[in-house]
Amino acid sequence: MKLDSLRILGHSGLSFFQRLGRGSILFINILLGIPALLLRPGLIIQQVYSVGVLSLLIIVVSGLFVGMVLGLQGYNTLVDFGAEESLGVVVALSLVRELGPVVSGLLFAGRAGSALTAEIGLMKATEQLSAMEMMAVDPVRRVLAPRFLAGFISMPLLAAIFSAVGVLGGYFVGVNLLGVDEGAYWSQIQAKVDFDDDILNGVIKSIVFGVVVTWIAVFEGYDATPTSEGVSRATTRTVVHSSLAVLGLDFILTALMFGES
Amino acid sequence: MMTSRTVEIWVGLFVVAGIAALFMLAMQVSNLGTYSGGEGYEIQANFEDASGLKVRSPVTMAGVTLGRVTNISFDGKSFQAVVTMRIEEQYNQLPAGTSANIYTAGLLGEKYVGLLPGSAADPCEDEKLQAELEGREPDLKGLDCKPQHLAQGSKIELTQGSLVLEKLIAQFVSSFMDSKDKEQTEKE
Repeated sequence: MKLDSLRILGHSGLSFFQRLGRGSILFINILLGIPALLLRPGLIIQQVYSVGVLSLLIIVVSGLFVGMVLGLQGYNTLVDFGAEESLGVVVALSLVRELGPVVSGLLFAGRAGSALTAEIGLMKATEQLSAMEMMAVDPVRRVLAPRFLAGFISMPLLAAIFSAVGVLGGYFVGVNLLGVDEGAYWSQIQAKVDFDDDILNGVIKSIVFGVVVTWIAVFEGYDATPTSEGVSRATTRTVVHSSLAVLGLDFILTALMFGES
Repeated sequence: MMTSRTVEIWVGLFVVAGIAALFMLAMQVSNLGTYSGGEGYEIQANFEDASGLKVRSPVTMAGVTLGRVTNISFDGKSFQAVVTMRIEEQYNQLPAGTSANIYTAGLLGEKYVGLLPGSAADPCEDEKLQAELEGREPDLKGLDCKPQHLAQGSKIELTQGSLVLEKLIAQFVSSFMDSKDKEQTEKE
């Protein structure tokens, strides 16, 4: 029936907006829970450990390899123009502006976001969240807010580490393996990379990605169907949606930050 | 579950590493380490052609960066580009007769302002030199003494603007054509 297909469309539209509404209300509730949370830093530290510190290894290793690949590829192209001294600029600008925030955002979604969703979803499925409510403990403030804040704190730090390690990886390949002049590598970087335009904008990007990825992860976990299948679906959705959000937002942010010049 | 002490130490290490990475990006990777904003004095120069020059382009003398271009505007009366440069405070001994040229770094590099030291025509200096040679006290009365060094608000008089490739080619082609014309007339 034609009416049936129309009904399905309407249903999916409605459920989309319902989820968006629930997500926004949850976001506001989490933000309201943050001031009270600052009195209990132990909760935040525990979460920064599981969200940030445990993501460190994958961030450092990928940053190193991304930087080294950029060094190799950039060198091969630049050497044709006799401009291999600019290798540092290529590596540093692409890392600081784009790859640092974006790739660490994607890795963060895969490593920390999925773990958050699975943890919270399982808490819901095993009725730990309901038990908390029975004890008059607000699970949004006790469970979700510390995780959200931890993601907000960790993501910019992870992105900065990613970029810094990447620049060092490019340095290793460019200077030690391919023979680019060491002084030229650093001085060209310092001449071309601007603190306000490039580094601060990269930090802003990583903060936005951190907020969005953790928000999606926390919401998907909290909103998951309390079955094992529901938790697995929520975890998949977290990774897919936050990766898409990171890439889409990156385009918008880049257009806003670098579009005019 | 690890003890909370170990967790706290790890988190502390993580935050320190993150801030160190940001600090390294700021100091080693960006221009924040080399750029000293605010201090120094501003000088101006008019150029026939300032194409390719940008705000924050380096101002150099003998290949050393002394300052940066802070503003580029257009003078509607002389139809020239007015380039304002900020020179760092420690380089306040530039002679008043310094000339400014716009050069290109490398074949395809960016434009920068190169300063060349020179001496301005100055009757005071001439008189001092003359007096020293003749072994008498310099007589500076009635002479128009100018400041010896570039300072805040000084203007560089001698300038040479950017060389635009098309202009050079046009000059070359026209001179080439002229010589050919001459050859032909000589033949006739």
